[in-house]
Amino acid sequence: MTSLRIFAIGGLMSFRALFGFMSPWIYIPTLVVTPLFQILLFVFIGRSAGVESDTFYVVGNAIQYSSVPCLFAMTFTIAGERFNQTLGPVLVSPAGRLPLFLGRSLPVIVNGAFVGALSFTLGSLVLGVTVPASAVAPLALVIVLASASCTGLGLVLAGIGLRVREQAVMLNIVFGLLLIFTGANVPIEQLPEWMEAISRLLPFTHAIEAGREVVAGSGLGDVSGLLLRELAIGVVYAVLGYRFLRFMERQGRIHATLERA
Amino acid sequence: MRLARSMAVGWALHFKQESRNPFFLWIVICTPLIYATMAYFLFRGGTDGDKLVGAAVGTGMMGIWSLTTTAAAAALQWRRRSGILELLVAAPLPFWAILAPITIAISALGIYSLLASMLYTRLLYGVSLEIEDWLAFAVAVPVGILAIGLLGFMLGAAFVRFRAAWAVGNLFEFPVWTICGLLIPIAVLPAWVEPVAWVFAPTWGMNALRDAALGDGSPWDDIAMCAALSVVYGGLGVILLRVFLGSARRRGTLALS
Repeated sequence: MTSLRIFAIGGLMSFRALFGFMSPWIYIPTLVVTPLFQILLFVFIGRSAGVESDTFYVVGNAIQYSSVPCLFAMTFTIAGERFNQTLGPVLVSPAGRLPLFLGRSLPVIVNGAFVGALSFTLGSLVLGVTVPASAVAPLALVIVLASASCTGLGLVLAGIGLRVREQAVMLNIVFGLLLIFTGANVPIEQLPEWMEAISRLLPFTHAIEAGREVVAGSGLGDVSGLLLRELAIGVVYAVLGYRFLRFMERQGRIHATLERA
Repeated sequence: MRLARSMAVGWALHFKQESRNPFFLWIVICTPLIYATMAYFLFRGGTDGDKLVGAAVGTGMMGIWSLTTTAAAAALQWRRRSGILELLVAAPLPFWAILAPITIAISALGIYSLLASMLYTRLLYGVSLEIEDWLAFAVAVPVGILAIGLLGFMLGAAFVRFRAAWAVGNLFEFPVWTICGLLIPIAVLPAWVEPVAWVFAPTWGMNALRDAALGDGSPWDDIAMCAALSVVYGGLGVILLRVFLGSARRRGTLALS
């Protein structure tokens, strides 16, 4: 019961405390308008190069942009605690680490999925991309899965954030790599083999592929394989992230660097 | 004379200081590399050499613009958080003479962006980067950077007054990349976008660099436009700064972060 409270209430409280600064003046430009402009940029590049359709870029970039709330917020749950000097008290508490960390990731997943869905909706409206009504629910599921999967990667980065000072640099690098490698803008078949191999191990790659198929009229059954792979990748990253966080926490204690990085 | 000296020293100091900021270096070096890579794949593996030369210059310009919008805001936010902003405003030097060298120094870091982008395209993709008019290119780089830096200065006036202005500043990143023709020809965009693009220095800076590199047209008109826009941005920035600083003083919000 305590674990459940730590997971649900603790996670929500932490999210509200750390992201209280997200007023509409910050939220709307960064998480509503910017993804729309990212979509527009790539749509026009696509039109100029004559490579893919508008739908291709709308789906790819809407899903990929949910990496911003997922990665940045997940990492900031650690960095923010440190900045506010509450990381020490959190980590010396007897609370189970699993509900502690997973509880903090749940609001991040919800926010990431919201950003992805909103970006897709706005992008579609502006560019006149139509989606069959039957595709709405499956697409929503795809976006939620993508967001969850990316939050798993965010857990790994949060662990690194326990030791690395320049988290903003690290996160921007990962964002850029996801932009190239996940097939959001370049079909992964066009990438060199070694890049394609990496793509298959990243969050979003399968979700973006599934999203495009769903929008093209495929049913959930048709993309179940892709979704399962996306889910599996997310779980692997989440487990790795959790183990890594525990490892870095121990290292932080040994080297007395928890509050210093 | 003292004002000019202060601005020159301020510029040099900030250029050195910001050159050691890993976040800024990430933006100027990695941003163009990421977009140059995507441009390479998007433009069908680079069969069109001119398009790739344009993309190399364009992604370099993207880095300069990113740095100006993101880093100028971050620099002011950092000064506000550290409690330095009030001291700078209270200094006997006019605040515009303090702020302008900061934003121009940050834009000047974009020279790394241009170099990284061109070297990357040359070394990894083997695209020959022959510049048709070296003199025009050498003039276009600093004039373009100055214009973009002064545009950043104008935006910086808002950063001083509004705490969340950094987020609005970041908002300009993608739109300017799109409408100024840094990666795509402006002709691809809706017709009403073109007059909007004229207001932004990166449009003219990009045209000047592209024309100097490819020899498609005379870059000197575009260089002149960059110089003219610098004067306009500078003048408007000074006026806006006076208005916003006055407002921040009256409301006592200067130090609030």
